[in-house]
Amino acid sequence: MTSPAQIPADSQTIPASPATIPHPDAAAPPPSIGELFVAFAKISLSGFGGVLAWARRMMVDERKWMTPEQFNEAYALCSFLPGGNIINFSIIFGGRLRGPAGALASLAGLLGPPFVLILIIGAIYAHYGELPVLRRALTAVASAAAGLMMATVAKMARPLFRNRAVIGPLIACMTFAAISIMRWPLPYVLLAIVPISIAYAWRRPA
Amino acid sequence: MRGGGLYLTLAAFFATTSLFAIGGANSAVPEIHRYAVNVQHWLTDQQFSETFALAQLTPGPNIIIVTLIGYHVAGVLGGLVTTLAMCGPTCLFAYFIGRASDRFKGAAWHSALSRGLVPVTLGLLASSATVIATTSDYSWRALVITAGTALTAFFVRVHPLWAFGVAAALGAAGLV
Repeated sequence: MTSPAQIPADSQTIPASPATIPHPDAAAPPPSIGELFVAFAKISLSGFGGVLAWARRMMVDERKWMTPEQFNEAYALCSFLPGGNIINFSIIFGGRLRGPAGALASLAGLLGPPFVLILIIGAIYAHYGELPVLRRALTAVASAAAGLMMATVAKMARPLFRNRAVIGPLIACMTFAAISIMRWPLPYVLLAIVPISIAYAWRRPA
Repeated sequence: MRGGGLYLTLAAFFATTSLFAIGGANSAVPEIHRYAVNVQHWLTDQQFSETFALAQLTPGPNIIIVTLIGYHVAGVLGGLVTTLAMCGPTCLFAYFIGRASDRFKGAAWHSALSRGLVPVTLGLLASSATVIATTSDYSWRALVITAGTALTAFFVRVHPLWAFGVAAALGAAGLV
């Protein structure tokens, strides 16, 4: 946990505004281990194709465990760490509030229910997966899921292509070509391209 | 490959891949497809596409697809191994970064790192969409579903379950 003494010193640099609550203590009492587990299990089970919106609703609106600013900061951190964003979020959130046990409880809440569910689904699929009706329905769902991802990519790409930027789109296209056309292994591609991309971002501050 | 060797192979692959899954679990989908279908032949293209669909239909984090692949390859224990391998290393990483992050908040390298990862993540997600589309869209009707969903979701907010429900109904009716 960050020591409380650090927080006021840090927040002095930020002009006080009614919308900014600088410390979790100002929002609601920190949750117990059990509450963390239940909260993340609920988030997990209500989230289809995007658990983020539910995490925000639970953490910020319902339980008031985080301010919107704290949520954004934690989520920004998670999205550049490797691995599932919401998984990292559960670890960071639970860990900051309740140490290793809190992190584990949050992770178990997030992964436990879908883990059991998908094993049941997998067992049913192993039995009935050969049914033509099921095959056709699932293939169609995958086609729709690919479409949803394309829409997300297109929305994400819009800011990248503004300001007549060249390098950003070029790096995106090179990554795309290396992974989906050349089918090169992910680790090699990233070890080559990520340092270049970060070096470029470093030389051109936002 | 049998017994312990198979579990070890699963664990090593998913633990390594997780460390390169920047921007979320979906960024790793092309790599999982490349390895599970093209290299190890654990699944066919069609099985991979169906596995992906089942994971999408299950509530919870996207990462749950690795549980289903592990289960398909090596049963319940296989599912446990792939899930832990996919989460373990990155969770340790996240735990310690999460506790230290107050110290580097606002640092220049922090900003460069996150901005530098954006175009790479974009390329990976575009690859995921392409890999899923190419393993699923064998007919022109399936292509129409992909294109139709993409266009609709680009212009209006679509709840994923609606998109999946419509697609599943069209597919079950034999229109795909």
